[in-house]
Amino acid sequence: MQSDAKIRTEYGTDSSPQSPGCSLRHFACEQNLLSRPDGSASFLQGDTSVLAGVYGPAEVKVSKEIFNKATLEVILRPKIGLPGVAEKSRERLIRNTCEAVVLGALHPRTSITIVLQVISDAGSLMACCLNATCMALVDAGVPMQALFCGVTCALDSDGTLVLDPTAKQEKEARAVLTFALDSVDQKLLMSTTKGLYSNAELQQCLAAAQAASQHVFRFYRESLQRRYSKS
Amino acid sequence: MKETPLSNCERRFLLRAIEERKRLDGRQTYDYRNIKISFGTDYGCCIVELGKTRVLGQVSCELVSPKLNRATEGILFFNLELSQMAAPAFEPGRQSDLLVKLNRLLERCLRNSKCIDTESLCVVAGEKVWQIRVDLHLLNHDGNIIDAASIAAIVALCHFRRPDVSVQGDEVTLYTPEERDPVPLSIHHMPICVSFAFFQQGTFLLVDPSEREERVMDGLLVIAVNKHREICTIQSSGFEMQ
Repeated sequence: MQSDAKIRTEYGTDSSPQSPGCSLRHFACEQNLLSRPDGSASFLQGDTSVLAGVYGPAEVKVSKEIFNKATLEVILRPKIGLPGVAEKSRERLIRNTCEAVVLGALHPRTSITIVLQVISDAGSLMACCLNATCMALVDAGVPMQALFCGVTCALDSDGTLVLDPTAKQEKEARAVLTFALDSVDQKLLMSTTKGLYSNAELQQCLAAAQAASQHVFRFYRESLQRRYSKS
Repeated sequence: MKETPLSNCERRFLLRAIEERKRLDGRQTYDYRNIKISFGTDYGCCIVELGKTRVLGQVSCELVSPKLNRATEGILFFNLELSQMAAPAFEPGRQSDLLVKLNRLLERCLRNSKCIDTESLCVVAGEKVWQIRVDLHLLNHDGNIIDAASIAAIVALCHFRRPDVSVQGDEVTLYTPEERDPVPLSIHHMPICVSFAFFQQGTFLLVDPSEREERVMDGLLVIAVNKHREICTIQSSGFEMQ
């Protein structure tokens, strides 16, 4: 129960030697910043920031309980206005990703609730939500078979690939693709895309996302090491 | 999720400590917890931390038609949301009483005290006025939501800049932030709510109750005051005032 378990970790930027412009914005993560949730994390990517809180495993309503595994619930709140259909669809995507990695069978007839609050949105919101969710689940001690991360790519009209696009780049892009990748083999857990792209471009984006996810996983590892080291 | 019930021994301990003028976190009767205010990258975004209670505030604006009976005034809209992150008991269907009470108090404190000049929000009388929307999200509940929310609301309103607009005859031009610098809202004064919790039928009083203290209190008195020592709103609940 350390109160100094708040770690402000730093930045991971790197450019892959093959494709120019494949660099992520600087990111930062802070864990255990809220006192009420079992686990909480704030993930910052450039100017995009998402706060995630996890409650679980906890009591579940009889109508929602599943006899052999935990019931996962994801709630995403936008900053302005009431949540709408877009939030519901994002919640569904995040829930599907979490259900693939969380070992729900260890906690049957319980509920794990993940609440996300958008603090600021400057592009790549879905990827930031996924990263914040993963860090919060780790902070809460929910058993998982792998960590996961989100990476967003944007394809503009000439076919140039941009990783971790800003809001302006997303608006002008021809297609925006978000992937959730797992930490063990960089397998694809979830993908959501918007716009026109060819099969070859999809493979190219996926390969770039897999390369970028290595940086994110390295960042996770460093931030957790720093948090739990005795120095 | 159901609220974890407060055990009797914890309740007795808290009340005994208050009778001996001691608080769990070592504060005195009139001490406030540390307040930390941080701003986001957008105009009108702020996060207020009152001890461990955390509130996110965001102000946004939109051009709309005015209300029929107030054709020359802008519209102010406040929305406080108790996020499920703040406490496990804040489920969407279950918090209506507390939510209505807090929202109503915030509205009375900020709208009825006329701290924002709504006449300056008018663009074309009877046709286009600014609607200022303040969204507050409670992120962590450690007591005294109303104080933190009122601070977040007024700070976000002071930080906010609305797009500049010019009217020439019948033509209304809305400038983007790149064309012309956005304009701040005109704020007359800044009302802040202060909460007093009462215990043992009004014998003992504490300022800025924490979450545990709120659970054992008998009554709550909220007074909204501004810098010029004017009282903007008073609300008392839970006990008889002598």
